[in-house]
Amino acid sequence: MPLPAACMDHEMSVVKSAPTHPDPLIEIKDVHFAYDERPILRGLSLSVRKGEVLAVMGGSGSGKTTLLGLIGGRILPNKGKILVDGQNVPKLDRAALYALRTRFGMLFQFGALFTDLSVFDNVAFPYREQTNLPESVIRDLVLLKLQAVGLRGAAGLMPSQLSGGMARRVALARAVALDPMLMLYDEPFTGLDPISTGIVARLIRRLNDAFGLTSLVVTHDLDASLKIADRVIVLAEGQVYRDLTPDDVRTTTDAFVRQFADGLPDGPVPFHYPAPPLLDQLLGKTVAGPNGGGTP
Amino acid sequence: MNSVIEMIEGLGRSVLNALARLGLAGRFFLAILMVIGVPLRRFSLLVRELYFSGVRSLLIIVVSGTFVGMVLAIQGYEVLQRFGSAETLGVLVALSLVRELGPVVTALLFAGRAGSAVTAEIGLMQATDQIAAMDMMAVNPIARIISPRFLASVVSLPLLACMFSAAGVFGAYLVGVKLIGIDDGSFWSQMQAGVDFRLDIVNGLIKSLVFGVAVGLIAVFEGYYAPPTAEGVSSATTRTVVTSSLAVLMLDFVLTVWMFRGLNG
Amino acid sequence: MKKSKFDLAVGLFVAAGILALVFLAMKVGNLTGLETSEGYRVEARFDNIGGLKVRAPVKSAGVVVGRVDSITLDSQTYEAKAILRIDQNYKFSKDTIASILTSGLLGEQYVSLEAGGDSVYLGQGDRISKTQPAMILEKLISQFLFSKASESTGTSK
Ligand SMILES: Nc1ncnc2c1ncn2[C@@H]1O[C@H](COP(=O)(O)OP(=O)(O)OP(=O)(O)O)[C@@H](O)[C@H]1O
Ligand SMILES: [Mg+2]
Repeated sequence: MPLPAACMDHEMSVVKSAPTHPDPLIEIKDVHFAYDERPILRGLSLSVRKGEVLAVMGGSGSGKTTLLGLIGGRILPNKGKILVDGQNVPKLDRAALYALRTRFGMLFQFGALFTDLSVFDNVAFPYREQTNLPESVIRDLVLLKLQAVGLRGAAGLMPSQLSGGMARRVALARAVALDPMLMLYDEPFTGLDPISTGIVARLIRRLNDAFGLTSLVVTHDLDASLKIADRVIVLAEGQVYRDLTPDDVRTTTDAFVRQFADGLPDGPVPFHYPAPPLLDQLLGKTVAGPNGGGTP
Repeated sequence: MNSVIEMIEGLGRSVLNALARLGLAGRFFLAILMVIGVPLRRFSLLVRELYFSGVRSLLIIVVSGTFVGMVLAIQGYEVLQRFGSAETLGVLVALSLVRELGPVVTALLFAGRAGSAVTAEIGLMQATDQIAAMDMMAVNPIARIISPRFLASVVSLPLLACMFSAAGVFGAYLVGVKLIGIDDGSFWSQMQAGVDFRLDIVNGLIKSLVFGVAVGLIAVFEGYYAPPTAEGVSSATTRTVVTSSLAVLMLDFVLTVWMFRGLNG
Repeated sequence: MKKSKFDLAVGLFVAAGILALVFLAMKVGNLTGLETSEGYRVEARFDNIGGLKVRAPVKSAGVVVGRVDSITLDSQTYEAKAILRIDQNYKFSKDTIASILTSGLLGEQYVSLEAGGDSVYLGQGDRISKTQPAMILEKLISQFLFSKASESTGTSK
């Protein structure tokens, strides 16, 4: 594993290198998915090129986390194909799925560090579980990864002693430990102050370029994603509703995208969860409702 | 009329829910058994859980056992001396402990002390995506997290039950012989004459082994399937204690009937 | 694999558990006693065994020498057939008398063996021919009353 750690020490300007490989790493074709009866994804198709950073946006509950779950094989679609590096994820057996997942890195919203292990042991976890490297080599690798996220000094701390931003960076170091081909980020910026957001955003871009990864970043943070993404997609109505470049997002007049970009409360994305008209419900005219509705 | 139908519907629903949950638990149990070799091969995983489940329960078990034994001695003596057979106190205490109180009380205490902790720990790991993260790192969480905790419960409980019974006998000895003044020799000899190794001690061990499986399974199951919220984890923890206690008491009845049937033939 | 700080505590814990089991087996139970030694089985038939139970002790001169292995009813003779397992270390002559006695007034019943003078010893599968059934309190009382009654009628004649 060659590790260009040196190149990561100095501040790298956030320059978006255009995707060098045009061929897709992920290809999702007509995927349908429903929780119980409620459809979440309805015929979603998407292809992600090798080497790009793709920002996935969409309203709360639009199925962004669900999409990552489907790509990681944690949940199965009702219909459709999810090809990752040529393999159809939903059809893989456990062994093949696990083999594929060793080449994934996933960053969960709040880091999901193992709370009973120290920072060092958290980052060492993938090496100890997936490789037979001697402990001395593991030690060096862990320190290099921690150095890459600027937290070598925190190696001895427990996760409970970290701030949210630090925890996110440790989790990032853990996620890239095995030099994955694909990184999945679920809302990596939530709950971070602007500085930490900037640090994590730069890291995402830097790691992507330094290791030749492909990254899917689910986020609500338009600013951050515009800075680092090569492409932005917006999920709505269970599909890829818009597929834009960051420049498009800044200039477009599309009402839907503008609502996101400008943070308007109501617009094409409704503020209300689907419900019967308020007056009807207050007057007890409908039966359905959160409390079983009005009595007849 | 309508309300009666609604009631029956409600009953049917809850029965179906309970059955579905039982089926889920059964499948979960099988999944654990499939990977039970992992904590045996990677012994350090098991050792850590033995520490948290077993060693940490040691004090409460030994102290409770001693007190239960002392109380048994006082109460038993009071009854036995009415019939002029106070020397049989040793048998009474030893049989009560080894057959029933050792396995049962230990399992109840263990469910409250260690089972609830396991549920809370796994529930929190689930709520904070630690289990999902592990799964995404291609490490089977059932093998790595669940099965060591389950196995630790199965191993700890018989050991703890033995310590409980031993402490109880010791407590009874203190009160019966040292305090009340029953003859030392007849206390032990009556006990040895009345307690059978296979029938009483081994059966008690089997009981606590079964309780270990039940409490361990309930604890990891409730934690694993706890709703990922603070409320979900706390109610799962409560459910672990309640369900394990009920399961232990019911299993105890079944096992007792099965083990001691036909003994008076 | 590095050594963990739990190793020592868990090792002690397991050792303490096993020690407790050994204590239960040796000091509380009777593992050291008769159950481990093989022993030989002899048969004894009684008209009535009273309250004798399986696993009741077999004693000679007050010393436990064995246990009752099983109790069945011979459906031909309507006698109770008890199999006694006796410790190998003890030998009893062929004409030993087996009787069912009670320890104390209300205590548990046991089989008492009184050795005779025969030079041939009982072995595996042999039968003790001389037995005394359990004393049934009700029978004793009615016998006593009956004899009293016949006594008094005898003197009044
Ligand atoms: N385990 C589940 N069971 C039932 N419904 C679920 C479950 N998980 C998610 N949902 C529903 O699926 C829908 C999509 O969820 P998802 O988590 O993918 O949304 P999201 O786009 O990630 O939203 P957010 O931005 O709030 O994280 C939501 O409406 C949610 O209520
Ligand atoms: Mg989400």
